Amino acid sequence: MFLQLFFGYCALMIVVSGLLAISLRNPVHCVLMVLVLFFHMAGLYLTLNAEFLAAVQIIVYAGAILVLYLFVLFLVSLREELHLTAFVPNAWLGRIIAAGLAVGLIATIPAFSLGEKSAWTVAAIREATHTKALGQELYTSYLLPFEIAGLILLVALIGGLVLARRDENGADAPESGADGKEVLR
Amino acid sequence: MIHTAAVSWTALEPILPELLLIGIGVLLIGCDLFLPRQRQLLPWLTVLGCLTALAMILAAQPVTAFGGMFLADGYAKVFKVICLGAVILTTLMAGQFRRLIGPRQGEYDSLLLFSLVGMLLMASAGDLMVLYLGLELMALPVYALVGLHKREQRTSEAAIKYFLMGAFASALLLFGMSLLYGLTGTTDIGRIAELIASRNLAANPALLAALGLLLAGLCFKVAVAPFHLWTPDVYEGAPTLVTAFMSVGPKAAGFAIFGRMLLEGLPQLQGHWGPILAVLALLTMAVGNITALCQHSLKRMLAYSSIAHAGYAVLGLLPGTAEGMAATMTYLVVYLFMNLGAFAVLMLLAAPGQSRESIDDCKGLATRHPVVAALMLVFLFSLTGIPPTGGFIGKFYLLKAAFTAGYTLTVVGAVLFSAISAYFYLRVVRLMYMSEAEAPVSLTFSPGMTAALGLCLAGALGLGLFPGSLLGWIVAALTGS
Repeated sequence: MFLQLFFGYCALMIVVSGLLAISLRNPVHCVLMVLVLFFHMAGLYLTLNAEFLAAVQIIVYAGAILVLYLFVLFLVSLREELHLTAFVPNAWLGRIIAAGLAVGLIATIPAFSLGEKSAWTVAAIREATHTKALGQELYTSYLLPFEIAGLILLVALIGGLVLARRDENGADAPESGADGKEVLR
Repeated sequence: MIHTAAVSWTALEPILPELLLIGIGVLLIGCDLFLPRQRQLLPWLTVLGCLTALAMILAAQPVTAFGGMFLADGYAKVFKVICLGAVILTTLMAGQFRRLIGPRQGEYDSLLLFSLVGMLLMASAGDLMVLYLGLELMALPVYALVGLHKREQRTSEAAIKYFLMGAFASALLLFGMSLLYGLTGTTDIGRIAELIASRNLAANPALLAALGLLLAGLCFKVAVAPFHLWTPDVYEGAPTLVTAFMSVGPKAAGFAIFGRMLLEGLPQLQGHWGPILAVLALLTMAVGNITALCQHSLKRMLAYSSIAHAGYAVLGLLPGTAEGMAATMTYLVVYLFMNLGAFAVLMLLAAPGQSRESIDDCKGLATRHPVVAALMLVFLFSLTGIPPTGGFIGKFYLLKAAFTAGYTLTVVGAVLFSAISAYFYLRVVRLMYMSEAEAPVSLTFSPGMTAALGLCLAGALGLGLFPGSLLGWIVAALTGS
């Protein structure tokens, strides 16, 4: 009974803070809403007996990544909102599609049946301890995805550097004369 | 009780081509930093690495590695050849674009190679996790490449649009995958098909919801209508070289995971996804071809034409058979040569300070540069699908595959839209041959560009003159004989 109440509370808070995160005007408030969302997500992991994941969720996401977001927000200090022309001119069309999608997905829930269980039962994990079970799986069966994820981080780093680096005033480019001013803008 | 397992290096053998490319990607950044004088050698290093990887992939025996997560089978081999071909050809063309890339040569080539590794992993993915991570590894460098040329406002806008839509598509795809995992309890694509059969899940509404989400995500990635809205702006805004690469490489890799998911993961649902895809293919061809009619920018016209070509390529997926998939693969090989060829001519026309992307810039090209005009003529004929070019053969196999599977109406629509497409492709030909030039255009050829144009011409014409050899090779690779 308590577990169900706790789950209901976490789920409700995730939905509410998720909605607030995309609808609030002040970007700092949005990031704080995401922080609330992450804490309740960690709560969900706790109900699933995944204590290690819950701790990682709080340390990495709430602790590191969101602080980074806040740093970026304060450093960039956007005075005015950026506006992109929307693909779909009427926002209500998007809302109707989203609501339809949500209703459709909720309608399929009664038909949902759980798939086959893996070798790691709750008892087996408790015996081997969380971190050990996770580490063993990561470095044996899931070695390839794990390494690809590492490579993605490297690529993100290089891509970020390429995009963030300022043009060297076009010293090597022959057409620098006219474009030099545009760079400074 | 600590178990220490000896690392068995032989387990890495199937992914050696990918490891080689990653090594070269890192090496390129190092060379760019420490050997700034040798920068003009970097594209050749890239091409050399890709050719070595190509030879290794062609010589490799079909194996399954990492517990079924990595499948180096014939299916993967064909798509890997297409993706490698796209990177080799665009790198050869990059010499022409050097003045735009400027001092960023090393990072540009290295990002291209990392994207290539992602595409190779997508082609080989036997597990939803590798499939998704490969997709992200492919997409991230392309987001950066689109925004590489920061002087222009529209490239930054294109990069942001592409990034947002790509993230959105990934979210839909992940949602579908998580539902699929919940229903079956496994991420192995082959095992998912077995479990759907053994647990009678085929009519389960939750599985259909998963299928719908997967289809939406995949259609975003290969730009099939109505999920194509990002394509024209992004293709037009990106540097032409990156557009050429994006319209071929990532699209082919997208079709690789499309085919793998539908044909190997969800074959029991063919009765559902077959008709849905038939309607989407028709819609895509209609949107692509009809909107291309009223474009004045050649680059934007080619962007819409690439949407239309995604619609043709989907036709081969409809039957859900190896023959149909072989038709799609053949078409993608032909498309690689003809589309990159057309973009190469567009790049040749561009000059410092002027992009010359309008259709009017082709006026009178034949009198001043007959060779370039003749090349463009071949590529445009091939894109229209006029014999004896490769485009005709590719379309023929696709229509045959869809027709034998019983999608008669879709085939009729495809032929009609193909006829419509002749109008805007041949309009460019008419301007090149039957109009007077407005201003003299001087063209410069870099050696790499000449080689790339030669390869594209050989591909577009050769595949049209000897169609059986390519299809024979692909069918042999697919059936594993």
